[in-house]
Amino acid sequence: MGRILEIADFGFRYPDARKKAVDAFNLEVDEGEIVVLAGPSGCGKSTLLRAINGLIPHMYKGEYSGHVRVGGASVESTSMKDLAQTVGFLFQNPENQIFMFTVERDIAFGLENLGVPRPEMRSRVDEAMTLLGIIDLAQRAPHELSDGQKQRVALAGVIAMRPRLVILDEPTSLLDPKTAMELVDLVARLKSDLGTTFVVVEHRLDLIVRVADRIVVMNAGAKVLDGTPRRVLFGDEAEGYGIAIPAVTKVQKMLSKDGIASVDRLCSPAELAATLEKQRQ
Amino acid sequence: MIEFREVTYVHESGVKALNNVTTKIGDGETVAIVGENGAGKTTLIRHVTGLLKPTEGEVLVDGVDTRQSSTATLSRKIGVAFQNPDHQLFSESVKEEMAFALRNFGFSPKLVEQRVSWGLKLFGLEEYSELSPLILSGGEKKRLTLACILAWDPEVVMLDEPTVGQDAIQKEKLAGTIRMLASTGKTVVVVSHDIEFLWPLQPRVIVMKSGGIVADGPAPDLMMKKEMLESSRVAEPQLVSLYRELSKRPSAPFVDALDARLWIEADQ
Repeated sequence: MGRILEIADFGFRYPDARKKAVDAFNLEVDEGEIVVLAGPSGCGKSTLLRAINGLIPHMYKGEYSGHVRVGGASVESTSMKDLAQTVGFLFQNPENQIFMFTVERDIAFGLENLGVPRPEMRSRVDEAMTLLGIIDLAQRAPHELSDGQKQRVALAGVIAMRPRLVILDEPTSLLDPKTAMELVDLVARLKSDLGTTFVVVEHRLDLIVRVADRIVVMNAGAKVLDGTPRRVLFGDEAEGYGIAIPAVTKVQKMLSKDGIASVDRLCSPAELAATLEKQRQ
Repeated sequence: MIEFREVTYVHESGVKALNNVTTKIGDGETVAIVGENGAGKTTLIRHVTGLLKPTEGEVLVDGVDTRQSSTATLSRKIGVAFQNPDHQLFSESVKEEMAFALRNFGFSPKLVEQRVSWGLKLFGLEEYSELSPLILSGGEKKRLTLACILAWDPEVVMLDEPTVGQDAIQKEKLAGTIRMLASTGKTVVVVSHDIEFLWPLQPRVIVMKSGGIVADGPAPDLMMKKEMLESSRVAEPQLVSLYRELSKRPSAPFVDALDARLWIEADQ
């Protein structure tokens, strides 16, 4: 498995800002991983995402240090257009990236910009719509859709570009719980079917931990924790950084601390109940 | 008191967003409105401020039909923080943004100053007071819209997806603010998908689906109705799942002593 993302000693300071938004940051992500990026508001998550998709340094100027490489290519010396073929970005609010008159035109927009031949474009748009279960929306006007549908249209637009790395910025925040879980399942499926790598900023960890390979926690522009969901969430430090420990994980921690039951892996409510029953027997 | 009487709302496109909704929200109640995307939750709260007028039926605020009141009169009484803060932020600085409505409502300059500094402090926005609201992060913008509304002390506070972009610490503060508002007799209506956030607040829950209300009652009752929740695309809180799962297994520990309330406390 190759390395899709390498961030080495990266730092960035916005013009006029006193402090660096991100400082001496290191991160390596292998192809096919789902990495959750978490941390309190203002910890530098957005800056880091911009440095991965090239908005920094191509659109945001400032003091740049270190290296960010995506698929082996330096973000600093690769054009936004070329980067767009490797990195896809889904904004928190899909309204920020949906603007055509029909859903299928919207999904095709990025491909048109890249000059992808028409037959190929057709098949990629259809494939993306099928993967996201929105084929029946093809001719609908995006602004008439619900937020969940808009989010799926925006993600289809990203997937149609066949990026190796997809960045999701709080993708579930506007979705109802079931639609949010479906999106999380979809992320897991795209990882297994296409080998796509995901870097996801998400505050609602209860939704994403079951598919995540790693959780990276940032604070004040630095990486403070990096490990499997179990290691990060069972540890004592995460809560101090504003990380929302899922309620069922909190119960697990309380039970182990009080010596009532030992559960050494992250459980869903049903798994925890079953484990407790087994330990009793 | 907010009253919906057989309210139906049909969009220009012909889509029926609300279908014969009848319900009352009493003074001082804390109400959560949940339901799938497109269920009509936002449309419902937009009727309270008079931004939307019913196609059929009527919406009464303190006994007055919203068709008979101006949006300005209603908004003095009812503060709404919209889902997308970009729809309500436009001033040159964070401080000016907060002062804008206060001046419009005729607050004295001294009171404006006091309320602005109170709001900025409450929501941890003091360091941004001179900056443009547009450069704030999504979560900060959400907090600013909330600060703007609370500054003019409306009787009813309506929050549309307030936890979006908020980390756990900010969410805890937000829950604290909601409890504070409730304790001072304000009516608080929260539209949210974030069930884990809503559960410890133990609100009255209204579940919406396809423009109608499918269930309405106290959180501990409604959140145990798994089938109803599933058909409305609402997930049950994790602690409720755990409670239900343990109840199915009489030999698992703690089942005898287990009470949903215990788990609510565990979450706080």
